[in-house]
Amino acid sequence: MKTSEVLNSLQFSHTIRRLCYQLIENHNDFSNSALIGLQPNGIYVTNRIKKELENICQKEILTGSLDITFFRDDFRRKDTPLIPSVTNLDFSVENKKVVLIDDVLFTGRTVRSGLDAIMTFGRPSKVELLTLIERRFSHHIPIRADYIGKSIDTIESERVTVNWEEVDGLDQVILHTPEEK
Amino acid sequence: MKDLSVDNLLGIKQLNENDINIIFETADSFKRVINRPIRKVPTLRDITIANLFFENSTRTKLSFELAQKRLSADIINFSAGSSSLKKGETLIDTVNNILSMKVDIVVMRHPLPGAHQFLSRHIDAKIINAGDGTHEHPTQALLDCYSIRERLGSLKGKKVVIVGDIMHSRVALSNIFALQKLGAKVMVCGPTTLIPKYISQIGVLVENNLKKALEWCDVANMLRIQLERQDISYFPSLREYKTLYGLSKPMLDKINKDIIVMHPGPINRGVEITSEVADSSNSIILDQVENGVAIRMAIIYLLSSKINRI
Repeated sequence: MKTSEVLNSLQFSHTIRRLCYQLIENHNDFSNSALIGLQPNGIYVTNRIKKELENICQKEILTGSLDITFFRDDFRRKDTPLIPSVTNLDFSVENKKVVLIDDVLFTGRTVRSGLDAIMTFGRPSKVELLTLIERRFSHHIPIRADYIGKSIDTIESERVTVNWEEVDGLDQVILHTPEEK
Repeated sequence: MKDLSVDNLLGIKQLNENDINIIFETADSFKRVINRPIRKVPTLRDITIANLFFENSTRTKLSFELAQKRLSADIINFSAGSSSLKKGETLIDTVNNILSMKVDIVVMRHPLPGAHQFLSRHIDAKIINAGDGTHEHPTQALLDCYSIRERLGSLKGKKVVIVGDIMHSRVALSNIFALQKLGAKVMVCGPTTLIPKYISQIGVLVENNLKKALEWCDVANMLRIQLERQDISYFPSLREYKTLYGLSKPMLDKINKDIIVMHPGPINRGVEITSEVADSSNSIILDQVENGVAIRMAIIYLLSSKINRI
């Protein structure tokens, strides 16, 4: 497996900061907005963006985490049951502008499930999608992100991993490419 | 691997500690689902479940039905009173007829102990035991243990006394198995006539004095006196039973510690437990009912995920 760096630590923090300013352009003071991370990996992006935004705006930003397990389309298609994570939404999304957040937008199926899942918490006035990495040309369903950290061209067999300082010791995005035989 | 070791839920006896913990963790998620504004998920939209109740049931049947509907499964109901059983059809024939309508899961209550075990050898559908005679009632035991875990954090080392008619109670046997697998200490308490002779051989303490049992325990599970299963008299009168084994507020006050009071329902108010106790802050009876739906959703979800993986 060959690896190459998509974002190094400095580029990573610049990207997060840019995403924050793009969010501010559309959400002003976030008084009617909520950032909702998709379990499990969207939570890291959400927490980082929350921290950065709170620094910039000097106010608390409403955030939550959403588990999409029961809304997935691959139930009974895996060897083991899909084990759910925690949903942590202690507010109603009724009439709120919701930003769904994930680390990598690949097939779009997670986001599709996320859209169904979020509607069980009320009817948001608007739903947007933010992703740190978009894998272009890999979508299985017509879903596009409104805010994109970086867009990369990949083939199906490649893998993208996002490392976080708080978990892995370093902020970094890596592309894994299988060796050609 | 986070997967159940069994393909059917025939009884607690066949489960291991890991299975029970997977069920509890999954139930945690479902408990959050049923407290959302929209309490339904689409997960089982292509699964069909038959509820076969060969014996009367109100709350277990309602709880199962609600759990299935919350998971978006299609369901068909059957109760013995209105069936062809009276025309002489055998159990296997009845069930096979229903299965030929393409049913994936069978939830069954049957008056004969072991009916589920027998059926599981003859049919392909997943089977969930909703009570078999005086043998087991696994979903009740799981929701009881789940409710204790919710209050006390863990069951390891906790002391639980089961009071009442142990002899005729499938709730008692399933509870004993589940509690022991989760590391709790179990005592049974009741008149000697209602305690099976060899129960101490499965590591259960036996006590005839309710006050002593209450002083020992952290949790008291008060069973219903099953008048319908008592073809002969096991105690002289209901009044005497109430005096010796009924749980009342003055008795709770006397033992000088806070214990959790449970009851699988339906309650004979004023017999095994007074209204004052049933409605007190010690009682988690209504939590048990709510948790029942979450636990049954978890079991159905986990067993469904084993059906013909696509």
